Amino acid sequence: MSLTLAEVEHIARLARLELSEEEKIRFREQLSAILDYAARLQEVDTRNISPTAWTVNVQAPLREDVPAQGLPTSEVLSNAPQVQDNQFRVPPVLEG
Amino acid sequence: MSEYEAVIGLETHIQLNTTTKIFCSCKADSWNEPPNTNICPVCTGLPGVLPVLNKAVVEKAVLLAHAMHAHIRPISYFDRKNYFYPDLPKGYQISQYDMALAHGGYFDLPMPQGYVRRVTIHKLHIEEDAGKTRNVNGQRYIDFNRCGVPLIEMVTGPDLRSADEAAQYLIRLRQLLRWLGISEADMEKAHLRCDANVSIRPKGSTILNPKTEIKNVNSIDAVRNAIQNEIERQIREVEAGRRVEAWTLDWDDETQTLRKMRSKETEADYRYFREPDLLPVRLDDAWKERILADFPELPLARRARFVDQYGLPEYDAEILTAERKLSDYFENAVRAYGGDPKKISNWMMNDVLRLINERGLDPAAMRLTPAYLAEIQGLVDAGTINLTTAKALLVKVEESGSSPSAIVEAEGLAKVSDDSAIRAVAQEVLAENPREVDSYRKGKTTLMGWFVGQVMRKMRGKADPNVARQVLEDLLKE
Ligand SMILES: [Zn+2]
Repeated sequence: MSLTLAEVEHIARLARLELSEEEKIRFREQLSAILDYAARLQEVDTRNISPTAWTVNVQAPLREDVPAQGLPTSEVLSNAPQVQDNQFRVPPVLEG
Repeated sequence: MSEYEAVIGLETHIQLNTTTKIFCSCKADSWNEPPNTNICPVCTGLPGVLPVLNKAVVEKAVLLAHAMHAHIRPISYFDRKNYFYPDLPKGYQISQYDMALAHGGYFDLPMPQGYVRRVTIHKLHIEEDAGKTRNVNGQRYIDFNRCGVPLIEMVTGPDLRSADEAAQYLIRLRQLLRWLGISEADMEKAHLRCDANVSIRPKGSTILNPKTEIKNVNSIDAVRNAIQNEIERQIREVEAGRRVEAWTLDWDDETQTLRKMRSKETEADYRYFREPDLLPVRLDDAWKERILADFPELPLARRARFVDQYGLPEYDAEILTAERKLSDYFENAVRAYGGDPKKISNWMMNDVLRLINERGLDPAAMRLTPAYLAEIQGLVDAGTINLTTAKALLVKVEESGSSPSAIVEAEGLAKVSDDSAIRAVAQEVLAENPREVDSYRKGKTTLMGWFVGQVMRKMRGKADPNVARQVLEDLLKE
């Protein structure tokens, strides 16, 4: 079991999620299982391999600075639960 | 009271003036446009979309990095900065972290007092902007137009020592950004945003005390006032034996006061990691050379050269290099003229700048071209027109687009230096004003100026005043 309950609470806070005590215990188990699985990678000996973020050695595709039509406002807002004056409306978020 | 010095570092966000956003083809500039009109699946973070980097963003960032004498990395990476906020639809901002486009570098600020302050550049990286939120009656409205607008974040070392130096940094940065053509740098439109870190210490000390961070300063005056306020507050705290706490402060421009912002309960935890949707930016020598091929002479270098090469006073050189197009205009006019550059400078500093400012003209697109300005000074030198005529002519050229010589010809503006024409008018003036003639002859010689003025008026300014004076003196001796 690699995660503490405090770590689960910290992750939940970063995602602005409120978890019940029962959920914290359940997610601690699930998240720990995922991390334990990924931790198997630590068994590979990488002493002679430099850190690699990409394995392909190509230039990032670049875009010319030419505008194109985006989406109509109505379409962008069509999935929003709440809309007002062509804007998304959300409840106030507490800082911190 | 002991002597203190301020230790100030500035963090600026610079909005680049590209046509499109950084990772999608939406229009970047949404100034005065209705909310949510310049958006697409990429910048609103819809599932399954992929960002594609705007080439112009890299090129503009390279220009700034080069101007800052920064080291430009041949390979740089994008990273995800994760945080949860309603103006950030993806839940992360694409930014650069440990392998940014550039690192190191410095910016030299000539201060009005005569010394130069060297400011080190700690960070210089590319990132995307977030949207805008607006609170109305306890509800929050979100406009995503600004999402994905390209920014450069540039952070200085703690090298600035006064509120004036901080203001000077922004003045010179704004000038440079416009000079390089990479940002409109209008602080009122938030193209250039600034946060300031401020601490104080006994003068001569090298320690770094706890600092406060001032947010929300939207003009150069606000930066100067907010920092000055904060330096004075910290000195009062220390003098009273209290500690300066590492607060975040909000500047209220209306009341000119700093307000402590609610402190965050938790440390920021951005969980940076490499952006998996974007490949590294590979800036090979060939591309870098192409970008820097037209790198301009920078304002301070040009200012110094104007003093050296043209013998201009510092004051003239400063004003003429405030803006690149203006300094190009001046230099083109000097070349076209070939005579004393100060004469061109005088025209620029007075009449030409007034014309530009009053009419909101672009120096590069004026009908009064540099060559026409040179021609006007040439006409003055040749004695064809006097200065009064030249000033009016300047405006006529701008309004009509015709050449100065053509206007002088068409409107008969050439100075009359022919004695006989002036003599006839002078005789007329004397005949019409017997009382003044009498006074003059009785010794009131100061009336000469008045007589000359009368002749000039009758000839609508076309007479050569020196010739008129000569003729009048002759006539009055008789
Ligand atoms: Zn877009």
